[in-house]
Amino acid sequence: MSAAIEAHGLVKVFGSDVKALDGVSLSVEEGTVLGLLGPNGAGKTTTVRVLTTTLVPDEGQAFVNGFDVVRQPNKVRASIGLAGQYAAVDENLTGRENLRMVGQLFQLSRKDASRVADELLEHFGLTEAANRPSKTYSGGMRRRLDIAAALVVRPPVLFLDEPTTGLDPSSRNAVWAIVEDLVANGTTVLLTTQYLEEADRLADQIVVVDRGQVIAEGTAAELKSRLGETVLDLGFVDEHAAARAESIFAGSWGSVPVREGSLVELNIDAGPSQVMIALRHLDEAGIAPVTMVLREPSLDDVFLSITGRRTEADLEVGK
Amino acid sequence: MTASVLPGRAVALKRSRLRASIGDSIVVTERNLIGYLRIPEQLFFSSVQPIMFVLLFRYVFGGAISPPGMSYVDYLIPGILVQTVLFGSVSTSVGLAEDLQKGLVDRFRSLPMARSAVLAGRTSADSIRNVFVILLVIGVGYLVGFRVGTNFAGFLAAFALLLFFAYAVSWGFSCIGLSAPNSETAQLMAFPILFPLTFASSAFVPTETMPSWLRWFADHQPVGVVVNATRALLEGGPTARWVIPAVIWSLALLFVFAPLAVWRYRKTA
Repeated sequence: MSAAIEAHGLVKVFGSDVKALDGVSLSVEEGTVLGLLGPNGAGKTTTVRVLTTTLVPDEGQAFVNGFDVVRQPNKVRASIGLAGQYAAVDENLTGRENLRMVGQLFQLSRKDASRVADELLEHFGLTEAANRPSKTYSGGMRRRLDIAAALVVRPPVLFLDEPTTGLDPSSRNAVWAIVEDLVANGTTVLLTTQYLEEADRLADQIVVVDRGQVIAEGTAAELKSRLGETVLDLGFVDEHAAARAESIFAGSWGSVPVREGSLVELNIDAGPSQVMIALRHLDEAGIAPVTMVLREPSLDDVFLSITGRRTEADLEVGK
Repeated sequence: MTASVLPGRAVALKRSRLRASIGDSIVVTERNLIGYLRIPEQLFFSSVQPIMFVLLFRYVFGGAISPPGMSYVDYLIPGILVQTVLFGSVSTSVGLAEDLQKGLVDRFRSLPMARSAVLAGRTSADSIRNVFVILLVIGVGYLVGFRVGTNFAGFLAAFALLLFFAYAVSWGFSCIGLSAPNSETAQLMAFPILFPLTFASSAFVPTETMPSWLRWFADHQPVGVVVNATRALLEGGPTARWVIPAVIWSLALLFVFAPLAVWRYRKTA
């Protein structure tokens, strides 16, 4: 195995003092998926732009497919596909025209470009919409067209910048299926996302970035173990009932339950069956909870545990 | 979605640099022309504007202004032609700013294509559009009394000069489009440049009645010179005196702004 993407100490400063990248290093093995996770403005897109040659770094080095992104940009460009948040399709062109244009710019003949366009439209379920201007497409269709445009020459390395941001759940699943299919066929993928769930589902390795720096990396499981497990919140009618429940779990549960007023928190480290065990214990004691919430660790939990502060995306929502 | 094995093919870049850059420019030109045709409203209103100018100036000012040696409509049409191609080049900057804003330029930058093709494709598409606009203005002019006073060669030379001047100017507007924060601003940024150059010239009125400093400016600045050259080619008069500086101005604009635009394009984040 060798690295399809490698970056060492990338620095990019915008203006006089905005450090978009402050020494980012990462490495993606061939045929694997790297999830670049972080809030808005963390440096995810800037990293992708440097790696796809659309932005020259101030410091550091990066190689894609063994080509230097600064010294051999055209070699890099010929072997990558880019789709997502900021690389768009032309709204005025139809789906077919968009894909044909990209094919021709990859130096395919008009005929070959047309054929590849038709094949991709078919593959992504866009044949019926092929002759409509892409501005009439739904969000999910546009994203599929966008990804199709990145696959015109079947590049060995694919960059997806927030591929599912703003998509409804079924379109998101469709995009995930596309990515999984590509990886199964040997494509190396670097994707950026704000969703831990997405990184968890698709990525072999996750790199967490914040303020232009890598603040954590590892597999999804490794990151989650740093966060602690899923938490089961059980609410009871009063403190008395909660205290009784606490005493039941105090002896029998793997970890120590936490009680706050009429609320009891249990760590869940063995999946849903453990929730059933907890409920069975309560049932045997004749206590029924009035509320029950199972919390997965979120990106915000990652940030809270690593940086001690909330993500800016969350703060914006809170405003 | 159907089969799980993707179509597509690996690519070998084999064309020479020059052929690649011409080929890429043609692809981008075609893309921009399709864009114009897909927005019929834009096409309609950008045609209405020059027609409106011809009719308004012909009938509103026509009676009040009598230029020496020719009818006002013959005097006016060369001015309107220059004004129309000049105002049309605003769309070069608006189009580029829009491509930047919407992320199309980033798509292009990530492709193994000639760096100059995005700009060359934009300016070429605008030149092709200018061919239609020039024919439209001359056609409407004919309906309201305009006649070419020289000959077919003069007409062709005027046509070529207008296209070349507009092409050079559109590289200047490319620089504006690449510097503007968004397409609305790109449009606004154009007018403080266009209005003084167009109105402080012989486009609509003879410069004789202007204050001497303004007259000097009007007779030497590029728009004034190109208007006079176009008028000389279409209606007669001292041709070389105006055509030579008009060509020099156009070449100068092209040699300054084309490299500047390409440099900005490479640099723009």
